[in-house]
Amino acid sequence: MKRRIVTATVLNQSGVLNRVTGLFTKRHFNIESITVGHTETEGISKMTFVVNVEDDRQIEQLLKQLNKQIDVLKVSDITNQAIVARELALIKVLATGQTRAEISGIVEPFRALIIDMSRDTLTVQVTGDAEKIEAIIELLRPYGIKELARTGITAFTRGFQKSVTDLKHYTLLK
Amino acid sequence: MKVKVKAEPEEQRLTGAETLIHALKQEKVEVVFGYPGGAVLPIYDALYRNPIRHVLARHEQGAIHAAEGYARVSGKPGVVLATSGPGATNLVTGITDAMMDSLPLVIFTGQVASGVIGTDAFQEADVTGITMPITKHNYQVRDLKDLPRIVKEAFHIASNGRPGPVLVDIPKDVSATAAEVNFGGKVHLPGFQPTKNPNVLQIKKLNEAIESAKKPVILAGAGILHAKASEQLRAVAESKNIPVVHTLLGLGGFPADHPLFLGMGGMHGCYAANMALYECDLLVNIGARFDDRLTGNLKTFAPEAVVAHIDVDPAEIGKNVETHIPIVGDAKAALQKLADEQGSSSMCEEWLVHLRQYQQEYPYWHKELEDVISPQKLISEIHSLTGGDAIVTTDVGQHQMWAAQYYTFNDPHKWVTSGGLGTMGFGFPAAIGAQIAEPDKRVVSIVGDGGFQMTSEELILLRELDLPVKIVIVNNGTLGMVRQWQESFYEQRYSHSVFNLQPDFVKLADSYGVRGFKVSTIEEAKALLSEVLNDDEPALIDCRVCAAENVYPMVAPGTGLHEMIGVKP
Ligand SMILES: Cc1ncc(C[n+]2csc(CCOP(=O)(O)OP(=O)(O)O)c2C)c(N)n1
Ligand SMILES: [Mg+2]
Repeated sequence: MKRRIVTATVLNQSGVLNRVTGLFTKRHFNIESITVGHTETEGISKMTFVVNVEDDRQIEQLLKQLNKQIDVLKVSDITNQAIVARELALIKVLATGQTRAEISGIVEPFRALIIDMSRDTLTVQVTGDAEKIEAIIELLRPYGIKELARTGITAFTRGFQKSVTDLKHYTLLK
Repeated sequence: MKVKVKAEPEEQRLTGAETLIHALKQEKVEVVFGYPGGAVLPIYDALYRNPIRHVLARHEQGAIHAAEGYARVSGKPGVVLATSGPGATNLVTGITDAMMDSLPLVIFTGQVASGVIGTDAFQEADVTGITMPITKHNYQVRDLKDLPRIVKEAFHIASNGRPGPVLVDIPKDVSATAAEVNFGGKVHLPGFQPTKNPNVLQIKKLNEAIESAKKPVILAGAGILHAKASEQLRAVAESKNIPVVHTLLGLGGFPADHPLFLGMGGMHGCYAANMALYECDLLVNIGARFDDRLTGNLKTFAPEAVVAHIDVDPAEIGKNVETHIPIVGDAKAALQKLADEQGSSSMCEEWLVHLRQYQQEYPYWHKELEDVISPQKLISEIHSLTGGDAIVTTDVGQHQMWAAQYYTFNDPHKWVTSGGLGTMGFGFPAAIGAQIAEPDKRVVSIVGDGGFQMTSEELILLRELDLPVKIVIVNNGTLGMVRQWQESFYEQRYSHSVFNLQPDFVKLADSYGVRGFKVSTIEEAKALLSEVLNDDEPALIDCRVCAAENVYPMVAPGTGLHEMIGVKP
């Protein structure tokens, strides 16, 4: 299984998320995460998918099938490009008197934030790429994670990069 | 994108229903196949006051299969109208069928009023949700002002690029209330820009491959028919001297009596066609989607071949078979460009001689039966009595395969069958739509005794509309294709595939005011058919055929095209 990051620019029509997730189900694609949100252009949203595919043919199918959707304007596999990819996670971790300071010590180098506190918990907000998030989760796990919520990755290519995907010609055809 | 839509910026105060009728007329819709109900009452009321020809099927499934038959034969989108809830869900099979076989349909369904959507209101169903995976696109109209644009887009999407069904769901309040509507809008679909013109470099590459190939073959699918590219296919095949194999759905795209035609490929295709696909060194797929019924086991499919694939849908290229020369574009445009490419025909006389040997050695064969009708013989008789010139619709099963094998076509747009979905109940209503599209042509509907019973309620339309459709029931008293598989692969355990009791089809026809006949010998059949096929009245002919016949040759499931069984008596 290969992990790929795919972005899609879509018209913000009702049901568009449904269409895309339905497509994944219909074609037996394995999605790890999806994020959706508005872009700089009104009426246009951006979706970022992290998918697991078996081979190149499967990712090619996925891109082409996405492209066929009428509400989808552009699809790119940005896995191998220079990208900025970020995910946000909220982690509620058990914190007693002694461990509070220790946890703060972990949070700091990750440039994470403690955004909520109760008598026996701390809630940490961390942003970064998937590895960073996983790393902090592993460090916090021994203290007892009560609740964990991750947004999934959102991403785009870096500025001043020529965007190249091996399937660009299909995108252009649309 | 350049879409030529005549601008007529007329703002009018109309109800949604009136708007729809106006928009349909703008699209030059000749006929609507429909069935009324609560949620479409406003639309039917508008239709009453401003008529468009409407065919009242007796079941929504009948309506949509008729629309498919109409679309297949005419090339124009078939239009369907049904009510919310059960009306819409009765369309699901037909929509899926049209999606699988790329037929342009525009389907309008009523919906409960906007205010109660989501409350499980009476006859509410999430039709856009249900049909999302089985339509090319679908819409729910939220605002009446959008309706003219949505109708335009729906027709545009259904009939451009790879054709397919588009559904428009209209809440009752939208069709009942009035607003200022404007019909002057243009289609603006930035996410739908199908490529028509192929990349010239790829065409050159294909031409080079053809020049250097020793054993080339063209596999032509229904894409040829959708693109109306029969002539161009013929020109390319002849000028480059390449033999042609058709898929089931492509039949008629290339003349069956042409010396370069090898026949149908696939599970029940002919030996020469399948061996050509197996042995070729260059496979040029034009508008076929490498369906599993065509390829057999993919591991041994065209093992030696360089594969070129011309398709208007890029997602079909490389989906099932690795493709070396992908060409995205319209089949007609691509073939025209290919024909323009200089370069002599491939030197493949040896190959042609070799394939002709296969053709001579392994033609379709069947038992000669004495007391009972041989179904294959029956189809051959129909072929000769109609001069091979009828529009033939079929249902799904053994009779379908025999029709494909023995009713050979020299012309396109005459073969109407359900391929991708294999929908029993398709054949007869499709004939109704075909006859409506081509009122002056002979339409013969070859159906099984099983499948005919799934949509036989539409018989009344033959009388009501005076459609001279000839129904030939290939009556083997069984779900023949199921029985055949049980015989071959389940040690003759005929589980629920043999009918214990059948209706009297002659009386059934009679009760609908359609002439019914029964024949039990080939002489009887010939005598009757030679009369009935040539008159202008509808007729149903119950042909009692040999129940034990099987369709051969066959690529058994899991095997390759070169491993056909039953190639000889
Ligand atoms: C709606 C539907 N249900 C079930 C099937 C499975 N099926 C395929 S062929 C067949 C038998 C068809 O029998 P009949 O219509 O008598 O045709 P025959 O094969 O006998 O020519 C069946 C049940 C199907 N294709 N479609
Ligand atoms: Mg039967």
